Amino acid sequence: MAVKEDVIDILNTIIGEDITDQMDDDFFDSGLLDSMATVELLLDLESKFDIQAPVSEFNRDEWNTPNKVIAKVESLIG
Amino acid sequence: MLNLQPYADPKYFIILLVALLPLAIGLYFGKRLNWYEVVVSVIFIFLMFDGHKYHEGFALIGYIIWQWLLVWAYTLYRKKNNHAMVFYGAVVLGILPLVLVKIAPGAHWTHVTSLLGFLGISYLTFRSVAMIMETRDGAIKDFNPWLFLRFMLFMPTISSGPIDRYRRFIKDITTVPDRTKYISMLEKAVWYFFLGFLYKFIISHILVDELLPQITNFALQDAHLHNGWTWWLIPYMYTWGLDLFFDFAGYSLFAVATSYVMGIELPMNFNKPFLSKNLKDFWNRWHMSLSFWFRDYIFMRLVFLIMKKKWIKNRVTVSNIAYIVNMLIMGCWHGLHWYYIAYGLFQGVGMVINDAWLRYKKKHNFPHNKFTEALAIVITFNVVMVSFLLFSGFLDTLWFK
Repeated sequence: MAVKEDVIDILNTIIGEDITDQMDDDFFDSGLLDSMATVELLLDLESKFDIQAPVSEFNRDEWNTPNKVIAKVESLIG
Repeated sequence: MLNLQPYADPKYFIILLVALLPLAIGLYFGKRLNWYEVVVSVIFIFLMFDGHKYHEGFALIGYIIWQWLLVWAYTLYRKKNNHAMVFYGAVVLGILPLVLVKIAPGAHWTHVTSLLGFLGISYLTFRSVAMIMETRDGAIKDFNPWLFLRFMLFMPTISSGPIDRYRRFIKDITTVPDRTKYISMLEKAVWYFFLGFLYKFIISHILVDELLPQITNFALQDAHLHNGWTWWLIPYMYTWGLDLFFDFAGYSLFAVATSYVMGIELPMNFNKPFLSKNLKDFWNRWHMSLSFWFRDYIFMRLVFLIMKKKWIKNRVTVSNIAYIVNMLIMGCWHGLHWYYIAYGLFQGVGMVINDAWLRYKKKHNFPHNKFTEALAIVITFNVVMVSFLLFSGFLDTLWFK
């Protein structure tokens, strides 16, 4: 599961703390991720996985936890 | 001639609910009466823009044809090509009618551009410009002329929002909520109607019809004697600021409640904004459909562009620039008056300071308890009220009129 580890790596770097113990926590509610960090996340995912993740695809209800981000990336690669 | 302004008086609510009753019965039995809904919507929109407002009605029709052709043409183009300049051109053409109307008050050709204006033009512009942007991103692939019209002319929100999103809206309008869900939507609708009555017809009425005229009088007389300064500005600020909330939140509740009756889950506009702990929190709770629109279509896209093109490396600088640009555009959107621009700048600088503070707080493990939280709420509330005083334009009346 290289995708999972890579996504976690990217999230950890952007958020600045380890998120592995909060894989299903909503990081918009907790304030860990704001709009600025979200764009960084999209850009990092784009370059790392060579996928298209424009802002329009970004629906907060579908991208709000680390596990959901992983699922999204997997679906965009697949 | 009968002219009905949305949610203006008890008569409107009675006519509205009677007209929507067949639709509600249909939805309850699992059927969406599309044609009935269209006819009712057209009649209500007609009654908004008839009589002495007929010129606005013509402006609305012209505007809708313009946006309809524009979004259609861009969608056709986008299927074959994707040049940035064409995209920017389409956005500019989408905003053009609004820009002409907003700058008209100061220009020489007022008599021409004022013909283009109608109540709700800025809210419709948000909807169509968002469609152009999502079409560019490939999130909207086809132009459906019929659904486009239903989205743009959705009756409960036509004059002042909340601002819905095309993809969300068509999901609702092309389906029927199941019965349990629809019943819970009706329950909420009843609650929102009554809360709206309390906000708009009781609280806002007291603030703006009973209190504000007197405070305004005292302020003007006192300021006249003291070179433009008066302590009456403080009660004016709180009264006007609170009224802005109760009036607009009341209106938004009516729009949401009406659309729930129609089986459409319109997004909410307010979420206890005066309990915000900081300015960022405030913009997640205040006029949410507008602030999220600016977040998604201006702030995030601008940050995306700057970082993708690597124009600026430092992420703090990028976000600060984006905050200021975002809030300035929002200020200008209200109209090109110095106090709206100042309001935008105030909010932009406020967001920059707020972000710096949040970073500092995180780095230094600042103490956090009930007391600091209450203090944060009080400070945020007052900062917001000062910004609303600017926004009210009363300083303009006081100093420059």
